[in-house]
Amino acid sequence: MRMDAPSEGVEEALEVVAGFDEALTHGFARLAGDQLRDLAGALASTPLGQRAAEAAEKIAAGSVAEEHLTVLAGGRAALLGAVHDALLSQLDTAMGRRRAEYVAGEGRSAAGAGCRSWLAELAITGWKGVDHDLVSASAQPIEALLADPGMRRLAVLLDGLAAELSASCPVATMERLPRRRWADLWTRALLLSQGGWPEPAVEEVSGTLLILGVDVQEHGTAVQVQVHGVLDERLVRTSVTVAKVDTIVGLAVWPLLSGYPKLVRALAEQRAVEVRDLPLLGGGDLVWHEDRVMLKDPVDPFVTARVALAGAVAPAVPPLERHPVRIAEPVLVEGDLSGYAFDRLTPSGPITEDVLKGASACVGLMRWDGGQWTLQPLAVQKGKKKPHNAELALSPKAAKAGEAVTVLKERAGRLLRK
Amino acid sequence: MNADRPAWEQASAERVVAPVQPRKLAKVPFVELADGRLQGVVSSGSDIERVYVSSITAGTLTINCSTNNNRPCGGLRGSACKHLHALRDEAVLQYGVDRVARYLRAEEGALLSGQPEAAPAAMVFSRFLRHLAYLELPESTVPIPEMHWFR
Repeated sequence: MRMDAPSEGVEEALEVVAGFDEALTHGFARLAGDQLRDLAGALASTPLGQRAAEAAEKIAAGSVAEEHLTVLAGGRAALLGAVHDALLSQLDTAMGRRRAEYVAGEGRSAAGAGCRSWLAELAITGWKGVDHDLVSASAQPIEALLADPGMRRLAVLLDGLAAELSASCPVATMERLPRRRWADLWTRALLLSQGGWPEPAVEEVSGTLLILGVDVQEHGTAVQVQVHGVLDERLVRTSVTVAKVDTIVGLAVWPLLSGYPKLVRALAEQRAVEVRDLPLLGGGDLVWHEDRVMLKDPVDPFVTARVALAGAVAPAVPPLERHPVRIAEPVLVEGDLSGYAFDRLTPSGPITEDVLKGASACVGLMRWDGGQWTLQPLAVQKGKKKPHNAELALSPKAAKAGEAVTVLKERAGRLLRK
Repeated sequence: MNADRPAWEQASAERVVAPVQPRKLAKVPFVELADGRLQGVVSSGSDIERVYVSSITAGTLTINCSTNNNRPCGGLRGSACKHLHALRDEAVLQYGVDRVARYLRAEEGALLSGQPEAAPAAMVFSRFLRHLAYLELPESTVPIPEMHWFR
């Protein structure tokens, strides 16, 4: 697949984002005026333009209110949303992939106000000023968000950010800072905390889900398995997120999914799945219900990719999710794989750098980060073997690794209920 | 890309913290580097209902061990008890000796060279309970797009 240079404006937009991230590194209490004015300037012709300019001036004058931070976070997200759109459209063109139009639903997301003052404090202080006390101040709001199932997105995001900040304390002594990343997480958290975002439209679908593979995303206290597949000529994803602790890693994440035996078996045994009346969200997310699915025969994901991937329609990306990190487009590459930069190999599966050497085909996800396109393998073909990310999900090794969960649950059972 | 500093700083999904290494959890269910201490919870060898809270303070390397009900550990008399040895060993497995030594600001071989000094056990124990509470949270089949930042 040939990818041309990024479309016009991408580099310029990222330059403005980098300026904002620099300001957030040192804190808005310090001189941040120039960078924030640049951000406002880039948005001048948009509906956010005037408010962003006001916010930049207020902050430059030393008055940092949550409202101003939210406007600027919105501005940063809009720029990265535009970068996302440009990259995705470049990829769609290269792959000849059609994409559906987004349809918003009636619902609106809830607000999570409890964490906003912490996020504001972070912005005022800047990453370089983050110490243990500032990180500790996140514990209470995060605990409250975790207790509310409707706030899981925000809670999981903030928990991941707080853990990284905690492990990096005092941040001032770090040799290099993940400025883009932390600003990304801060921005998304502040936007999610506002609430009121349109939820995607929902339809009910039935048919045969052909699985391409699974992407395992994890941090210390959460793991999301996201399955990519084709349902009735549409690309879909289906996800399960489970809370965990940092000592449950690698193969031990599979037994956490014991509440979803059909899903795990479908993944491990690469079976097709007959689904009935499953909700399909506007962003292409199929909401899994164990009692509405039936396992069918195994289907080779390379066959699925060859037969069904080219003609499948990709889902639209919900507005708030538009960010380059969300690009994860299923693709089949065959022949010489040496031109691809592989990334995001999961420790929960058998595909390692060594396995990739000499592989002749790969079903994977095209991703973009740090200015580069990469390929995340879901399944590879090497000689007669076809290792895939969920291959060990039901193995004795995974069951053994999962004993960690049993031990901790036993401890939890004894100590938590006292 | 890792060797290139600006590129890493401009990346969205690079790992910031190395994942911890898996280890057996029965003896020492909880270990963390937090609050300026290596601290954790060690199961009692004799009483299944009892746990010890053990800690080593960064810098001073002072050590402490008591039950979760704040009774001092009988084995802690001038030098480290078996619970502290277990805590150190499991922390080294979990984080690697470099990270533990760096956090405690100590030589690798001298992690347990400090003197006993009282330290707050209740807080460590409540952090352990909070840690365990994650395993009680309900699963979710609603997508969490923010997890794309994590790998």
